[in-house]
Amino acid sequence: MDLPTAGAAPLLEMRGIIKRFPGVLALDAVDLTLRRGEVHALMGENGAGKSTLVKVLTGVYPRDGGEIVFGDQPLSVRSPGEAQSRGISTIYQEVNLIPDLSVAENIFLGRAPRLLGGARRQTCRQGTGGGSGDPRHRPRASCVGPLNWRAIHERARTLLQTFSLDLDVRLPLGSYPVAIQQMVSIARAVDISSQLIIMDEPTSSLDQQEVERLFGVIRRLRADGVSVLFITHFLDQAYEISDRFTVLRNGRVVGTFEAASLPKLELVGHMLGRDPSTLADISHQPLLTQEADQAEVVLQARGLGRRGALAPTDAMVRHGEVLGLAGLLGSGRTELARLLFGVDRADSGSVWVGRRRLAPGSPRAAIREGLGLCPEDRKTDGLVPDLSVRENIALVIQSHLPPLGRLPRRRQVELAERFIRLLGIVTTGPEQPVRDLSGGNQQKVILARWLAAAPRVLILDEPTRGIDVGGKAEIERLVESLAADGLAVVFISSELEEVVRRSDRVLVLRDRAVVAELTGAAVDEGTIMRTIAAGASERGPA
Amino acid sequence: MSEPTAARRPWRYRPGPTLWPLVALVLLFAYNALRTPNFLHLEVREGRLFGTTVDILHRGTPVVLLATGMTFVIATAGVDLSVGAVMAITGAAAALLLTRTALPVPAVVAGALAVSVACGAWNGALVAGLGLQPIVATLVLLVAGRGIAQLLTDGMIITFERPSFEAIAGGAAGGVPITVLIAAGVVLLTLLVTRGTVLGLRIEAVGGNERASRLAGIDAGRTKLLVYGFCGLCAGIAGLIATADIKAADSNNCGLFLELDAILAVVIGGTSLSGGRANLPGSVVGALVMQTVTTMIYAQGRGPEYTLVVKAVAVAAVCLLQSDLLRAALRRRSGELRAA
Repeated sequence: MDLPTAGAAPLLEMRGIIKRFPGVLALDAVDLTLRRGEVHALMGENGAGKSTLVKVLTGVYPRDGGEIVFGDQPLSVRSPGEAQSRGISTIYQEVNLIPDLSVAENIFLGRAPRLLGGARRQTCRQGTGGGSGDPRHRPRASCVGPLNWRAIHERARTLLQTFSLDLDVRLPLGSYPVAIQQMVSIARAVDISSQLIIMDEPTSSLDQQEVERLFGVIRRLRADGVSVLFITHFLDQAYEISDRFTVLRNGRVVGTFEAASLPKLELVGHMLGRDPSTLADISHQPLLTQEADQAEVVLQARGLGRRGALAPTDAMVRHGEVLGLAGLLGSGRTELARLLFGVDRADSGSVWVGRRRLAPGSPRAAIREGLGLCPEDRKTDGLVPDLSVRENIALVIQSHLPPLGRLPRRRQVELAERFIRLLGIVTTGPEQPVRDLSGGNQQKVILARWLAAAPRVLILDEPTRGIDVGGKAEIERLVESLAADGLAVVFISSELEEVVRRSDRVLVLRDRAVVAELTGAAVDEGTIMRTIAAGASERGPA
Repeated sequence: MSEPTAARRPWRYRPGPTLWPLVALVLLFAYNALRTPNFLHLEVREGRLFGTTVDILHRGTPVVLLATGMTFVIATAGVDLSVGAVMAITGAAAALLLTRTALPVPAVVAGALAVSVACGAWNGALVAGLGLQPIVATLVLLVAGRGIAQLLTDGMIITFERPSFEAIAGGAAGGVPITVLIAAGVVLLTLLVTRGTVLGLRIEAVGGNERASRLAGIDAGRTKLLVYGFCGLCAGIAGLIATADIKAADSNNCGLFLELDAILAVVIGGTSLSGGRANLPGSVVGALVMQTVTTMIYAQGRGPEYTLVVKAVAVAAVCLLQSDLLRAALRRRSGELRAA
């Protein structure tokens, strides 16, 4: 699959990289080869190991095995700073420069001219807007004397002009939009003479025009012989800009492919770990039959949307129904869940529970009307780590008591013990701080918190992530029995198999919009994958 | 993924966060019992208990009260720098009401405390409503508060003669100073309310993970408003005691630097400045540790210049005892010694 490198030796070769975290093999003998002057996309679902691989490469994490060769030299760096000095720069989604310093100061941060420091190399590309020329041929400017602000500003301006950016470089970086900030950090990386620029989800917060601009910069870098390792979850963008893909899944390399010869459907299949050709016979098992179609609509979204997160969307879920949301990471599935629950404030449309319209942007109002949300990121959005299992489980119930109300301690303990038994939470007891539980058990605690509150609609965003196989089956069974008891469930999972198995109806999302609604026999993995790959062009049967 | 062990272990004693400050207090008392003359001596004069230990409790009440309010502010991952200034404002308000109006003492107390609650609510509004950083939001009132108090009193020390008001600081009931009864009452009531109702959980949830609390339906803003308001009330009570004690409203010196003592008491008591868990008993013990050090130094006839240094040493010692890193290092060390 890995085609021989054309001509010159590869710029980067990672071979058999192994990285272990407690209890997890995060990278299992991962190989990655980058040619000089190529844009290489690293693809994979959440938890596939993309970020870990980048962090091993840039010295954030030490590796537990394998070797790295960079530009014919073995590479073993211990920090991103060291990686940068070797010619590897990383651009993150959140710009890692200093927003309060000026654009020029950021570009020359740590490299500013020093008093009598003539020997120190000060580089600046003297391009004239065309960006032509070999990046290794750069004029040297010796700097003697105190900071020469005029020169710093002049150089920063010239440098940015090569990226077609005309900025006032004296203004704070933070006063510019994220897209501009990213390009400034790219300009800085290039000026430091990077041979490899890693971009980790650089487009997540950019609009279409800004993405185009960024891609223009990437193409120019490629023309200059710089290699770019590009991490994204947007398929179309990956196809638009990349020469090759390396797909990771569960810490292993699925393969490296030429972008031009890999059909989208196959790419999706590789990412999700399903072979599109063998999917026909796996179909879903609808929990309910015909009468479900007549059941009362409990939750409805009308034109619900938020700029940069989700295009205006209609959705509804009935009493006793499981509505699956399928789509790749960043497709808008989590965003829809957050808008329904009011975590993020919608800027268009409305959410209705029964006949009542929810106050926008208020989870508290949503809970009062009987909604519940098990958030995707249990660490930041779910757990209160210092509180005990009991307190975490009783949290939602207690949040809606009057200020001086009380749920007797004895009842709380009973509640906690019931759910510890029901969900098989492994803990020393109700009083153990939830921080000390394993990830899967923490997830169960959050689930218990919502079940205890007895909602009418429960939104589960990746409820099975980080849980072992047995736990997954338990949670799936639980979802089933809850729906049978009349609870409406919105079920989100990266595991297509789970979505298909458990959902009565599936909304497929792609590029921040719902592109298809599948019901009945149409709910199968193949259809979902084709829809994700093809997008709006292939609507499922209504 | 494998499930890391959380299997049932046999029950064993787990030191609570109050343990180490309590150890410090006991050690201080033991030292004093040996070294400070008449430390444990108690006598009844004019129906009131007298003695060094009683004095520690009595003198410690303002900081105990401040620390009570501060504990919950800090548990929400905030801090209130203005409590000393609020003491001064409350004292000034009380003195004005006593000298310029004919209001009965209970009304004066209620009026002055209303002012203190308003001060706390102002802090809470800045923090919860405008989203200012607590340290900045309360710095406003720290700076402005004494100015307001001086404006109220025209920059003068207002003295008054009203025995029934002075009794707040000087009186006794059943031999116990009223100050101690007030502080004990406030602490017990607060413990009862925070442990017995959902309030304590909400405060700790907001401090432990504000985003998660919001998703669980907790109104973080209202919770904070309440906590800062309560902190203001506690400062108000402390201000009334300080004012009644000297029979005057001294806007310049009432409660000066006490916010720092209160924060220290809370930290010594084991409530983390990053929020999440409130340990009120620990804060009370922490306040008493500091008062014991102060009283000890006076009782041994040394000057106040020693107080600050010795206090600093005591605080540092307790903080070191609480440090997980240090304790882990000590355990390793003792393990090595035992193995050797």
